[in-house]
Amino acid sequence: MAKIIVMTSGKGGVGKTTSSAAFGTGLALRGFKTCIIDFDVGLRNLDLIMGCERRVVFDFINVINGEARLSQALIKDKRVENLYILPTSQTRDKDALTEQGVEKILEELKKEFDYIICDSPAGIERGALMALYFADHAIIVTNPEVSSVRDSDRILGVIQAKSRRAEKGESPVQEHLLVTRYDPERVEKGEMLKVEDVLEILAIPLLGIIPESPAVLRASNVGMPVVLDDKSNAGQAYSDAVGRFLGEKIEHRFVKVEKKGFFDRLLRRTA
Amino acid sequence: MSIFDFFRTPKKASAADQAKERLQIVLAHERAGRDSPDFLPQLQKELLDVIKKYVSIDDDKVAVKLDRASGYSTLEVNVELPAPAKGAARAAAGKVAAAGNA
Ligand SMILES: Nc1ncnc2c1ncn2[C@@H]1O[C@H](COP(=O)(O)OP(=O)(O)OP(=O)(O)O)[C@@H](O)[C@H]1O
Ligand SMILES: [Mg+2]
Repeated sequence: MAKIIVMTSGKGGVGKTTSSAAFGTGLALRGFKTCIIDFDVGLRNLDLIMGCERRVVFDFINVINGEARLSQALIKDKRVENLYILPTSQTRDKDALTEQGVEKILEELKKEFDYIICDSPAGIERGALMALYFADHAIIVTNPEVSSVRDSDRILGVIQAKSRRAEKGESPVQEHLLVTRYDPERVEKGEMLKVEDVLEILAIPLLGIIPESPAVLRASNVGMPVVLDDKSNAGQAYSDAVGRFLGEKIEHRFVKVEKKGFFDRLLRRTA
Repeated sequence: MSIFDFFRTPKKASAADQAKERLQIVLAHERAGRDSPDFLPQLQKELLDVIKKYVSIDDDKVAVKLDRASGYSTLEVNVELPAPAKGAARAAAGKVAAAGNA
């Protein structure tokens, strides 16, 4: 049975698109047929992060409006088997995202795919509501920082009240916390909220902790989901999160400051 | 104050601790507001209609507020009646304590 996952946060710029790309790619790497949909109408970005921006011909809104078939708009990833991207429209107005239109496309995708990832726009307006409405799972992307945690709490309230599962009185959307841009060094100095604090406040299960990492920017520069950079700690952390989502028991990594040996420090100085 | 306090640097809560505390306070408030039931506007309107049968008042003279504490909630209804023929305006306020699991 296909599952719909929304990647959401309330607050902007916390790493939803980065996480959608990495998580979706991670699922496909494990053999699940996965489609990532960009719900950020007017601010298309997933295509760049996935490196398929030059292959966009039709988009999500074209399909909703009946101007193109779904198969014409879906872009197959060139690196990973089983991975598809549905880009959003760059120009049209947000009202184009109708509930019936979105539902129809999701129903069609559900017949073909194992997982459908909805990359939500920031905020709690129409685009964000449409991205979360049909979800079975919600991954709440949160930075260890006051406004991000507050907005995550807010979006959790929206999911619990306004999702289809909530409206229909079905079993609730499964919530998962993904803490991103975590900097253990600053946490140790008491400058940044600990993951335990965020967890205590939001009180939902922890899916993963993605460290602040230069690999994320590097990957986005070349249009590659960071999970494919398996040497990077961020890439490994995303891969672990996918494993946990699928039910594997994996310990959290990259949460403590790595103790640097004498030679490491020496090398670092001279590097 | 002992002389030793002079040398001791007071242990201040770290920035992260302050962040956590502030979040816990603001979210406690926001979560309570979020659960406020949708029926309040309707209740307010119906109360107004009932009162209007007996006294003529303006629409903005009835205020309904729900407060939650742990274990019970208070529903506060404020009705401002027009001034009697002579004398100062007087407000009649009624409080209804509604038991419920907040
Ligand atoms: N773990 C990380 N380490 C370092 N930089 C990161 C990390 N995660 C995300 N970023 C950076 O943060 C910025 C915002 O990321 P991203 O676009 O994924 O956020 P978003 O939540 O999708 O934003 P929007 O709300 O605008 O859609 C990007 O520049 C990205 O490179
Ligand atoms: Mg985004």
